[in-house]
Amino acid sequence: MSGRPIRITVDGEALTGIAGQSVAGVLLAAGRISWRTTRSGAPRGVFCGIGACFDCVLTVNDVPDVRACRRPAADGDEIRTQSREENA
Amino acid sequence: MSRHVVIVGAGPAGLAAVEHALRAGARVTVLDQAESPGGQYYRMSPEAYAAQHGGPEFTRRRRLLAHPRCQWWPGATVWAFDRAENRVHVLRGQSDGGGRQRLTLVPDALILATGAHDRTLPFPGWELPGVYTAGAAQALAKGERVAIGGRVLVAGAGPFLLPVAESLLDAGAEVVAVLEANPFATVRKGWSARPWRLAAHAGKAGELARYAATLARHRVPYRFGRAVIEARGANSVREVVTAEVRADWSVVPGTERTYEVDAVCVGHGFVPQPELAVAAGCALDGGFVRVDDGQRTTVDGVFAAGEITGIGGAVTAAAEGAVAGRVAAGETPGPALVRARDRAHTFAERLATAHPIGSAWRRWLREDTIVCRCEETTYGELVRATADPACPGPHALKLGTRAGLGPCQGRMCGPAVSELCGGTERHHRPIAQPIRLGELAARTEGEPE
Repeated sequence: MSGRPIRITVDGEALTGIAGQSVAGVLLAAGRISWRTTRSGAPRGVFCGIGACFDCVLTVNDVPDVRACRRPAADGDEIRTQSREENA
Repeated sequence: MSRHVVIVGAGPAGLAAVEHALRAGARVTVLDQAESPGGQYYRMSPEAYAAQHGGPEFTRRRRLLAHPRCQWWPGATVWAFDRAENRVHVLRGQSDGGGRQRLTLVPDALILATGAHDRTLPFPGWELPGVYTAGAAQALAKGERVAIGGRVLVAGAGPFLLPVAESLLDAGAEVVAVLEANPFATVRKGWSARPWRLAAHAGKAGELARYAATLARHRVPYRFGRAVIEARGANSVREVVTAEVRADWSVVPGTERTYEVDAVCVGHGFVPQPELAVAAGCALDGGFVRVDDGQRTTVDGVFAAGEITGIGGAVTAAAEGAVAGRVAAGETPGPALVRARDRAHTFAERLATAHPIGSAWRRWLREDTIVCRCEETTYGELVRATADPACPGPHALKLGTRAGLGPCQGRMCGPAVSELCGGTERHHRPIAQPIRLGELAARTEGEPE
């Protein structure tokens, strides 16, 4: 990690991370542990941390279903949380 | 014209395969989904990590990626293997991004070194935010300096829990306890028989001693025969229930204990990621890719090394990778390489014997316990479907309950569902990794030379 600070927004709120961190890392470091809801509306965040479980998907710069644990966070990324709720 | 060996995965097995395929004169292309080599073992910031984990070897092998006969493709996802055309389909670009570059490779030999991910048994509340796999805790702590919580309980089975606890402590978390579900007698018996045969892993003893010292310094209790049987909380974990378990992992009534925590990390060993081997038509044994003495799978020209052939840790994986690299490049591996590989297998056998999974874990489940995290299929639904004559096999069971049909395609729940329903795990996923429809429709670029 280079230590260079980066800024991303999550549902409009600004968060600061460090270059080299994943989107999941930035969110967790900011105290957010869930950012997705399942079909039943239950909250989910990171589970496996290495790209196998797909629990942590979110929308990055309008591209949906990006695994937060696999995507390095980039300065200026606009992140939106996702829902899989039925009729949502 | 030298042989073109394509290696999928740049962890310990893949990197050893690179070195030995190059030494045997082959032209090599190495692909990995990550941006930097090392796999899950050499987690990112490798310069710092290398000092502790057989560093010089990793550093040397990493440099080989710049060899004139080696092409290194980071950020590369192999999403399919076409058997008929012997074609490896690759997406290159941002992880899960749109508009990645679509490429194909037609290798003379293919070495699969795709590794494994954590196995986590289901228990009531395991779907709550704040419950993580041991691997997630490790990846975040080691790679990103982020602790998954302030007060963390580490539980499950296997020696991997120890470096996870150490990384959590390093990242500033308080570790309330480390719980190994197997009783001390099982672990001791598994590891200590004929200790001289573990010579290949002499470094492990020192590593274990270091973990023990770290836990003692931080006053973290390490307990045998205790397991996490429930996580509780409204929208995130607030407390976790542990209990003493017998050798078969059945709960000893009255031994429950509740800890207040804000995170739990659980690992019950590892499961292989054999999707590409299955796509290639390779035979599996108990979920692992079957290989012969030369790391050849049952499919001509396809080799496998590392955790997809059996869980044995980094040393075993690298020893297999070395043999695979030589053979795939058309050479016969020297006796020293073969001996090292065979010796390393002792470690894998010990690991399996010392840290088995007790069959009574299913008794931790309740009717409403979620088993398939993606589709929220409960234990009760699975039991009812298994008993229903209209659900005659794993396929009908899947369609009826949706277990394994969500985004992870059964990677998380597969072993548990097959154990609970008495079926065999199905690994066939024609698309090994997700691909966007736009990318699928895009024209494939030829093999770049």
